[in-house]
Parts: sequence; structure tokens; C-alpha cells
Amino acid sequence: MNANENIYGLMAEFSDNEKILVAAKSAYEHGFRKMDAFTPFPVEGLSQNLGQKKSFVPLIVLIAGIFGGLGGYFMEWYANVVSYPMNVGGRPLNSWPMFIPITFELTILSAALAAIIGMLALNKLPEPHHPVFDAPDFDRASTDRFFLCIEATDPKFDLEATRKFLETLNPELISEVAK
Amino acid sequence: MEFFNWFSGFSFVSSDVSTPHPGPLPVEGRGRKFAATFIHRINPMSEFVQSPAIARDEPVNAISPLGYPSQLIAPGESFESVTEEIGSIVLQPGARQPKSWWFGALVAFALLMLFFFAISYLLYRGVGIWGINIPVAWGFAIVNFVWWIGIGHAGTFISAILLLLHQKWRTSINRLTEAMTLFAVACAGTFPLLHLGRPWVFFWLFPYPDTMGLWPQFRSPLVWDVFAVSTYFIVSLIFWYAGLIPDVATLRDRAPSRVKKIIFGILALGWRGSAKHWQNHQSAYLLLAGLATPLVLSVHSVVSLDFAVAMVPGWHSTIFPPYFVAGAIYSGFAMVLNIVIPIRKLYGLENLITERHLNNMAVVMLATGMMVAYGYIMEAFMSWYSGDIFEQYMMANRAFGPYGWIFWALMLMNVLIPQLLWVRRVRTHPLALFFVALVINAGMWVERFVIVVVSLHRDFTPSAWGMYRPTFWDWATLFGSVGLFLTLMILFVRFLPMIAISETRKIVAERREGKLS
Repeated sequence: MNANENIYGLMAEFSDNEKILVAAKSAYEHGFRKMDAFTPFPVEGLSQNLGQKKSFVPLIVLIAGIFGGLGGYFMEWYANVVSYPMNVGGRPLNSWPMFIPITFELTILSAALAAIIGMLALNKLPEPHHPVFDAPDFDRASTDRFFLCIEATDPKFDLEATRKFLETLNPELISEVAK
Repeated sequence: MEFFNWFSGFSFVSSDVSTPHPGPLPVEGRGRKFAATFIHRINPMSEFVQSPAIARDEPVNAISPLGYPSQLIAPGESFESVTEEIGSIVLQPGARQPKSWWFGALVAFALLMLFFFAISYLLYRGVGIWGINIPVAWGFAIVNFVWWIGIGHAGTFISAILLLLHQKWRTSINRLTEAMTLFAVACAGTFPLLHLGRPWVFFWLFPYPDTMGLWPQFRSPLVWDVFAVSTYFIVSLIFWYAGLIPDVATLRDRAPSRVKKIIFGILALGWRGSAKHWQNHQSAYLLLAGLATPLVLSVHSVVSLDFAVAMVPGWHSTIFPPYFVAGAIYSGFAMVLNIVIPIRKLYGLENLITERHLNNMAVVMLATGMMVAYGYIMEAFMSWYSGDIFEQYMMANRAFGPYGWIFWALMLMNVLIPQLLWVRRVRTHPLALFFVALVINAGMWVERFVIVVVSLHRDFTPSAWGMYRPTFWDWATLFGSVGLFLTLMILFVRFLPMIAISETRKIVAERREGKLS
């Protein structure tokens, strides 16, 4: 639709966290898929109500943790067994119990780095500008207002019909968001 | 009206009834292109009608039926009011920063200069300016290191372990204590480096393929320490920053000036609080808490192994790891209280950091203090029970030797005085609690002195015995490191939100739904 070319989506503003949960659920049931909600704190169940998939962060962290641990042990083994072996009273070179603390620390370190980097990457941050920032009142999305944005790329999006639908959700305010 | 705060003494909250949304500037005045073409305000009066505040009858210092303070935050707080209370400290420093901030900054900065002075002279002359020698080669540097790193443990304990245990009261204090952890670990990290003698080659501690063809000896607890402490610092930093992102986004949206908007905008990385963002964020945050939990227990265990793996009487003991961890949390909570109590008073945050928080922290301190006391008893018992004359002599020397008075001061400060915490009035009386915490902090420093110096000064052969006397430079470095810590802390409370705003909003929502008291 030509009229929608310059529109990112339609944004509805709600005044509390229970309303946004209900709104997200009815929008999903109404058939909208390309949408997102913006809230000042994590609202439990919101992402499920919007039909979003589970987070991939745990998988990334698990993989990074395993590689960090294996890599840490390999580093110690290579350094103290292969590259620079030191015979201390005939004790075994691959003295694994003594290698555990650093293996453990490096497991945690890699997993933690993966958690933050993975979280930012999955969220596509840093992203200094985004169309929703231009929506009226949007600065309150980080204080006390809850927003639901149905994006224009949604196959079911139609400016008038979607606006009518949003009105049935009883929001405080509805606005168009430019691209 | 919704902003009228029934129980608070702040004028900025209650006097602002005429402008119900005092925070951000009006949309038109924000200096960016207004992109919306259509605005349909369905319920223009809703801001006035939708009162988020539920005024309850209980005051902020209400007591539960079991006799404990029960309020997590003051009744009547709303999303807007908590955001304003915390955010305005950073955004309207003129109105919210107390005059005493400057006094604190002055003291902290003077001590920091002392630290730089002491370090400069150390780099110029070498570690001989300290009182260390053989047999006491570890001296203040290691005492201070262990003390600071122990203080750093409360932050992660509060942030991570209490998060996993669903202790909601952590919310008001976790940000402050995480910052405290970072700064304490930064202070701790300087001491082993300075103690190296040639700090400029500190990177030899890290494994890298160097031209000397050497590798670190990974079987040594001293190398474990390098990994444990640097991992701890990095993970604490990540955890702190991950929690900070949504809050700096709030500050970005409310910033009154363009410069602040840009700085907080950069720090916020474009956070917009989308459901997808929150989902990944919460997942990462919980995982970080899960990772930090074993980490925090491992760090002081590794530090204790620096001692326990050695053969020196008074060090060579299997009780050290748990006993060090308990001591770390003990001193960490004492430092949290020493910081939180003045801040709560000076910034008027009694509505967010309530008596319940003070009481809970005091209870944790009492519990860990008992564990530490048990450690003291076990050390004494095991030295007798071992039948080893060197161990037995170590204990006798500790209590009745030349440093005996320090041992008894330790018992007074770490075992006897904290028993005052059994009294509820002490636990909820900020001033009394502040002094008990101060005594415990000093006591924990003395404990490390007893462990490091008193154990070393008389080990096996009397001909190798000696005394240790700290010099001016030892004291200057110790107090100077306090200056570094205070400077970082005082800058933190000035420039970043000291309470997790988004988490506090969640508490407000949960209270409203009746999930919390």
C-alpha cells in the first residue's frame, strides 16, 4: 500500500503493565505478528503474549562456557606439559587437580562475556536511532508508560483497520510512527 | 495528586501536584523532528485519573507481626515517583546533591592524592620504603589486598545470590553494592601489583607467548589469584553494566540538557525497552547471576589458598576457604552499611532503602560473623588437636606473643561487639548500625593482619624470627587506597543512578498487584 510507505507502524500507549499484557495478547489473537512492546521494566509474560520466540542467550552462554573451560585447560596443559615441562619431585606433569581453578575461572569469564555480547548482539544494540524514538510520549516508555507498536510490514497491517483495532484496546493514545 | 507521597518528607514530590509529569520536557521542545503525523489522545485526563499510587495505612517503618520492619519501599510510591527520586539525583544535581557531597569529595580526593604520592615514591625507591623484610615479606600490601577483595564480595552476594534466592529486598541496594564491589576490587588489584616490586612488568603474570620462552606456573595459587581476581573484576563490571543499561536509558529520556542526553544516550546503546530486549536482557542477567554465584565463592577461596597451600603454621589449614568466604561477606556487608547509611540519610532515600534493608543486612552480618567466630574457635582447637608443636606455638604466640594485644582487639571487634546485632533496636538504628559496621570493617582488617603478619613473624626456627613495623608509607598506601575507593564511590553517586530504577519500578508493579508487602 502506497500510503503506508513512510510509516513504520502504529503505536498505542497504555498506562500500566496489566493493560499491555492484555493488549499484546489480543493483538496476537487478532493475527498480528510483526509487533513489539516497549516497557519501562520487564513485564513477565509479555514476550510470550506477543508470540516471540525464546531467548537464544542461554545457548550462546553454554557454548561459550564449554569452549572457555576446554580452552583454559588446554592452555594450562600446553604451557606446563608440552611447551615448558617442569619436573617437580617426579610428580605427574598433567596434574589436573591443580589446573581446575583456572579452568573454572576461564569458563565463567567466557560465559559471562558471551552473555553480555550475545545479549547485545541479539538485541541489535548498539543502535543509536530507531523510528520508535520519534513517537510522541515515547520518552515515557522508560518511566511509566507501556507501548505496543504494530509494524507496517505486518501482512495484516492496514492503517485504518489497525487503528480501529487498537482503539478497541482502550489505550491512552494512538499515534503513527514515521520511518 | 498521584505524586503526593503520603509518608515522604521530600518537598519535590509532594509540592509538584500542579504538573503531574515533572520529568521529561514536553515533546515539542526536544529539538528533534516530530515524526508522528497523527495523534489521537483518547483519554486526555487519564494521567490525572489513573492514580498509580495506592496509599496504604502502614508507615514506611511498619513492623511485621514477627517484629521485623516489613516495608520494601514506602507505600504510595509510583513508577514516576521512584524514577524521579532516583533519577533527579543525577539529573538535577543542584537540587538533590547535598552540600556535604563537596566535603566528602574533598576528603576523598585528598586521600587519593596521598595514594598517588605514596605510589610515586614507591616506584621511585622500591618496596624497601615499606616495613616488609624477611621473615615478614607480605606485610600491609597483602593485608590490604585481602581486606579489599573481601569487601568486594558483598556486592556480588547481594546482586547475584540474593537474586537467585528471590530476595526482593536486594533491589534497593544492589546497584550501590555492585559499584562498591568494582571499586573495592580495583583497590585490591593495586596491592599485589605494587607488591611485585617491578609493577611495570605485571603482564608477565599472564600467559602469552613471550620472547623469554616462559609460561606462568599454573599449579601455583598465586597464578590462580591473577585469574580469579581479574575474572571477578570483569564479570562484576559486566553484571553492573548490564543492569545499568535500562537505567541510563531512563536518564537519557529525562535528561534536561543536550550534553547529558548525548552522554547517557551513548551509554544506553540505544536501549528502548522493547519486549525482545527485555527478554534477552533478563535471560542474560539471570545467567550472569548464576555465573557470578560460584565465582564469588571461588574468588576468596582462591585467595585463601595463597595461604593454605603454604606450610607456615597459622596458614596451612583446610578451614581457610569457607572461613575466608564468610569473612568476606561479613566485611562486605559492613562496608555496604557504612556506605548506604550516610547516603540514605544525605540523599533522603529512606523511602527506598527502608529499615527492612538495614535490618536484613544486619542479620546477614550477624550470621556471617558467627561463622567467622566459629572459624576462630576451630583454628584454636585444631592447633591444639593437631599435636604439632609449631601449630600450638603459633596459637600461643598469636594470643600472648608480642602482637597479642592485636589478637584480643580482633576478638573484641569481630566477635564481641557484633553481638549487639541481636538487639532489634541496634539493627534498625542507622547510627548504631553504622558504628557496629565500622568496628567490623576495622576488625576484618585486623584479622588479615593477624593472619598475614603474626603467622609469618615467628614460624619454625627462632633464629629466623623477626618483628614487623609498618612505616609511614604503609599507612599512606592503606589510607590512600581508601581515598581511591571513596573518590570512585563519590563520583558514582553523582553521575550514575545509585539504585536500580527499572527493578524498583518492577517492585512497585508487584506491590500494586498485591504480590509483595
